[in-house]
Amino acid sequence: MIAVELFKLVRRPRTWISIVLLCALPVAVAIFIAVTHLAPPPGQGAAFLSAVVQDGSLFPAAALALVLPVFLPVAVALVAGDSIAGEATSGTLRYLLVRPVGRTRLLAAKLVTVIVYVLLAVVSVTLTSYITGVALFGSAPPEAVGRPGNLQAGIPTGGVQAGGSATSLSGARLTVMQLIERIAGAVALITVSMLGVAAIALFLSTVTDSVLGAAFGALAALVGSEVLVTLNAAAVIQPYLPTRYWLAWIDFFRQPIFWRDIQRGFGIQAVYVAVFLAAAWANFSTKDVTA
Amino acid sequence: MIVTRSLTKQYGAVLAVDSVDLDVRPGDRYGLLGPNGSGKTTLVRMLLGLVFATRGEIEVLGKPVPRRVSEILPEVGALVEEPAAYPHLSGRANLRLFDAAGPGGRRRDRRNRIDDALEQVGLGGIDRRPVKAYSLGMRQRLGLAAALVRRPRLLILDEPGNGLDPRGIRDFRQLLIDLNAAGTTIFLSSHLLGEVELLCTRVGVLDRGKLVLQQDLAELQAPTGRIIVESPDVSRAVALLDGRVEARTEATLVVRHDDPAALNARLVGEGIRVTAMTAQHRSLEEVVLGLTSAGSDQVSNRRPKAGPVGSEPDR
Repeated sequence: MIAVELFKLVRRPRTWISIVLLCALPVAVAIFIAVTHLAPPPGQGAAFLSAVVQDGSLFPAAALALVLPVFLPVAVALVAGDSIAGEATSGTLRYLLVRPVGRTRLLAAKLVTVIVYVLLAVVSVTLTSYITGVALFGSAPPEAVGRPGNLQAGIPTGGVQAGGSATSLSGARLTVMQLIERIAGAVALITVSMLGVAAIALFLSTVTDSVLGAAFGALAALVGSEVLVTLNAAAVIQPYLPTRYWLAWIDFFRQPIFWRDIQRGFGIQAVYVAVFLAAAWANFSTKDVTA
Repeated sequence: MIVTRSLTKQYGAVLAVDSVDLDVRPGDRYGLLGPNGSGKTTLVRMLLGLVFATRGEIEVLGKPVPRRVSEILPEVGALVEEPAAYPHLSGRANLRLFDAAGPGGRRRDRRNRIDDALEQVGLGGIDRRPVKAYSLGMRQRLGLAAALVRRPRLLILDEPGNGLDPRGIRDFRQLLIDLNAAGTTIFLSSHLLGEVELLCTRVGVLDRGKLVLQQDLAELQAPTGRIIVESPDVSRAVALLDGRVEARTEATLVVRHDDPAALNARLVGEGIRVTAMTAQHRSLEEVVLGLTSAGSDQVSNRRPKAGPVGSEPDR
């Protein structure tokens, strides 16, 4: 069943179009910066962009920061929201179930497919942006990037304003191996964060037969979370919001790695994934399939 | 093959299916009739474990649904309402996907049975066009092929004739009769009375969720004890058969009589010319329309006329 779902994923034009679009945005940004040499000054604009001009191999981090707030969650919510609701809308859900495919098995196969899609998207963005970055800006030896004295004493705890401090990593040497490890860590945390989105969308996908309803429902949850994250009055619940530690992956690029938010980020997403998958399973396995 | 006891499905305040005791025997070609909205589709979905019953029991192939539905369904072929397929893939790719999603079978067996199923429904020469380019009839055939792929012991078909042209309907009827002769039990729901009359050996009639009739078609169509006589000499025939004639027109008579041969001999013996003579049977249409109310798609203030029904339903 998993093979069947993966086949459907790769044979679907939407999969590739969305990934190409995700990769195209950072590439376009890189080209604009390379042509104009107008990188945002440190502390403004998307994270890492100011550092990229000096070292193209940092561009994957900048690219992930570009697609993470909107484009990646939209793509993931659409794919995950489509998983059950899309089959219901096209009428194929009932034919899969009478084949028979067990409901739990179908849900598991859909989940694996979504994970594969998320990995595919994140890794594609990382690879294309690395190639673009190195091609356009060159790969400076890490120590050359350094601006002595820029290593900040007090590391900012919130991820949101980390854009400026991104250059602080260049205060210390990063070997290529270290850079790869850190990018891998960032990819892992982003993937897990996207799985949190996917779990919410998958749950909603079992509730409604409308793909857009499920996808937009998940996105609405994220937007709501973003609003509350910036609201001081909501400080009590902030540690539990799904997007609270989304940007914690930036901490992988600090020297030394600042683990606290990264661990919390993994933890909170694991809880969201578990809760919403359990809810999706409970709902789907007892639901009347009338579509 | 299919047995239900007091099967009931309630959606909120609406009783979609109300205490239905279905009995489909091995070898039957069973036609479930009923107006739109009478609960046919909900009933079919419950048999397949798609919709869970509010009350009552279901047994298909001798095993309870939905508890052991995963053992039952590999031996059941199903078409539920319209057929559905992944539109950007070809018909063959769709069948391969659906077949691969289910359990069992070596790669070669799977390929062979897909080819067989496509051949059976008249799509043997199908090309690589995606399903979105298919006509309604081709989609219906593809849906039937998907139901036939596993060479099921039981076919559960919901409105299988939809979208087929007259030749397609005839081919499909013949296909079902052949499959039935080879041992497949067939359960289909339809609102096409004529089609069911031609195809089925047993009928059930649903009306507003209740099974109001379940009987062998042959019994239902028992002679009414009337003979329709066509003759150019109507007046002389009436004089001869005085008292037995129930209705007359210019060239036909309805005569109360049990034996067409005897009646014919008597008329001809008196020199009355007879053009045609048929024993009258109740038509399925009369029976069903007499038992059912207007479909849910018809919104009218008038109550449907109660039709003449010769006999009570057997339950």
